[in-house]
Amino acid sequence: MTEPILDGRDLRMQYGGASVLDVPAVAVGPGEIFALIGPNGAGKSTLLRILGLLERPTSGVVRFRGRPIPWGGRDLLAARRRFACVFQEPLLCDATVEANVALGLRFRHRPAEEVAAQVRTWLTRLGIAHLAGREARTLSGGEAQRTSLARAFALRPDVLLLDEPFAALDPPTRAELLGQLQALLRQEGCTTIFVTHDREEALRLGDRIAVVVGGQICQVGTPAEVFGRPVSEEVARFVGMETILPGRILANHDGLLTVDVEGARIAALGKVPVGDAVLACLRPEDVTLRAGDGRAILESARNRLDGRVESAIRLEAQYRVEITCGPRLVALVTTQSYEELGLGPGSPVVVTFKASAVHLIPR
Amino acid sequence: MDLIWQGIVQAVRLILSGDPLVLQITWLSLKVSAAATFLSLIAGIPAGMALALTRFPGRGLLVALVNTGMGLPPVVVGLFVSIFLWRSGPLGVLELLYTPTAIVIAQFVIAAPIVIGLTIAAVQQLNPKLRLQLLALGASRGQLLWLLMREARLPLLAAVMAGFGGVISEVGASMMVGGNLLGHTRVLTTATVLETGKGNFDIAIALSVILLVLVFGVNYLLTWIQQRGRAR
Repeated sequence: MTEPILDGRDLRMQYGGASVLDVPAVAVGPGEIFALIGPNGAGKSTLLRILGLLERPTSGVVRFRGRPIPWGGRDLLAARRRFACVFQEPLLCDATVEANVALGLRFRHRPAEEVAAQVRTWLTRLGIAHLAGREARTLSGGEAQRTSLARAFALRPDVLLLDEPFAALDPPTRAELLGQLQALLRQEGCTTIFVTHDREEALRLGDRIAVVVGGQICQVGTPAEVFGRPVSEEVARFVGMETILPGRILANHDGLLTVDVEGARIAALGKVPVGDAVLACLRPEDVTLRAGDGRAILESARNRLDGRVESAIRLEAQYRVEITCGPRLVALVTTQSYEELGLGPGSPVVVTFKASAVHLIPR
Repeated sequence: MDLIWQGIVQAVRLILSGDPLVLQITWLSLKVSAAATFLSLIAGIPAGMALALTRFPGRGLLVALVNTGMGLPPVVVGLFVSIFLWRSGPLGVLELLYTPTAIVIAQFVIAAPIVIGLTIAAVQQLNPKLRLQLLALGASRGQLLWLLMREARLPLLAAVMAGFGGVISEVGASMMVGGNLLGHTRVLTTATVLETGKGNFDIAIALSVILLVLVFGVNYLLTWIQQRGRAR
C-alpha cells in the first residue's frame, strides 16, 4: 500500500479493566473505502472513534498523514477538522436543515458565501434541496440521515467516518441511500472508514474489509479474500459460511484433497498436508439439493451425499434448509425449487456441492 | 368578598394613578430580582454545564447538594447572609446590610442552586451522542458548549423562569437582609407583609396583584421566547 493517510499502532482500549479493543496495527490508504465489519459489540465502533480522534485510547498512537496526533490541544482540533463523521442516529441540532448542513463549516469559520454555496450543492446532491428551510425535528428517518450525510460531505473531509449510517433505516430507504452513497464516494474519491454489521453493505462499498471480532482485527483483505478465504472460524461464521465442520485430510491427489468430515468423505481443493485437522466451511448458497429418489444427477459437483431434511425456515424468497447426512449442512433453496421438489422435514435428499466450494481452515 | 373586591379596585386605582411609592417599590422588586436572577445565570449555567458534562470524584455529592439547595428556605439564607454582612461579621466592613445589594446577594444564593440544578437536568436530557457528533464536526470546546446550550435552550429558559419566580416571590430573606426600609429596601413582598400586618388589606391586595401581574408578565415573555417556532 502507498503511504497510509490514517494509521493506528498498538491501539488498546479498556473500560473498567476489561479490554474491549486490542489492535496492534491498522492502516487506511488514501482514497480507499475501508469497511470494518463484525458482530455487535465487537469493538468496531470503538476502533472507528479512536481512529476518528473522538475517543482517547487507553494506549496507542493514531497517525494522520504519518504524523502522530497528540490527544488534546490545537493539533487534535486541526486534525479533527480534516474529518467528518456520520453516526447511526442522524444527531441533528434543533434548527433548520440548512443550518444543520452549515454547522461544520461554521465551526471552521468559513466565509458566509462559501458556506451558502456548499450547503446548496450538498443539499442538491443528496436530493433534499426542497427541505432546506424545514426544521430538522420534523424530518423522516431517511431525510434526517440524508441531512447528516450532506453535513459531513459539505466539509470536503480528507477522511469520512461512517458508523452504521443505515442501520436504523427501513429496507427500501436503506437500499436507496446505499446506492447514492456509493455513487458519491466514487465521485468524491474521499477516504472512508465504514462500520457495519451488514455483510452486503461491506461487500458493496468496501475496497478492503477488516473483520473485527472480540476487540481484535481477525482478518484484513479485499472482499474476495475475506468472503472467500476466511482465516478463522469466527470470520467464516461472520462472512456467511453457515456450515463449518471439523475434519481431517485423508489424501491429496495433485491438490484435490479428500477430507473426512464426521464419517463422510468430501472432496476439497487446497494445500493442507495429509493428516492435518481442518475446518471445512461451506456457504449455504453453494449447496444444491435434489429430491432423494435416485434421479440422475449431472454435475461437475464432486461431492454428493445422501441425507434427510431436518428443518426448513422460510426466508424472503428462499428456504434455509438444514440437512443431516452424517454431518449437518445448511442449504439455501429457492421457494420454487423447495415446493417443486416437495421437500419438508424428513424428506430424503441428495446434497451436492463442488470441491471448489469447500473452504478449508487449518486448525 | 367585599374586601377582595375593594382591594382590586384599590389596586387598579394605585396602578393607574401612578402612585410614586408603589412604582418605586415595584421597580425595586423587579430590579433586585432581575439582577439576582441574571447573576445566578452567569454563575449557574456554566457550573451546571460543568457538573452535567464532567465526571470527577465527589460529583454525585455535589449534585445532591445542589438539588438540596433548590429547596433552600429563604429565611435560612436570610439568616446566614445577615450573619456574614453583620457589622461584626466577616463581610461587615462592606456595610451592605439593609441595602438593596444585600437583597441581591441573598436572592442570588436562593436562585443559583435552582439554576444549576435545572441546567444539569437540561443538559443531561440531551442525547449524549450529540456531544460526540459535534466534536466530530470539528467543534472547539467553546463551540461545543455554545451548541449544547442552544440545544438545551427550552429547559434552560425554564431554569430562568424558576430562578426568577423563586426570588421575586420570596419574603423572608429580603426582610432580614433588607430591613424593609421605606424608599430604600422595601420590595413588593415585604410591603405586602407589612400592610397585611397593619390591616390595610386593600393596599396589601393591590401590591399582591401587582406582584402577580409582574410575575405573569415576565414568565409570559420567557414562555413566548421558549415556544417560538414550536407550534409545528
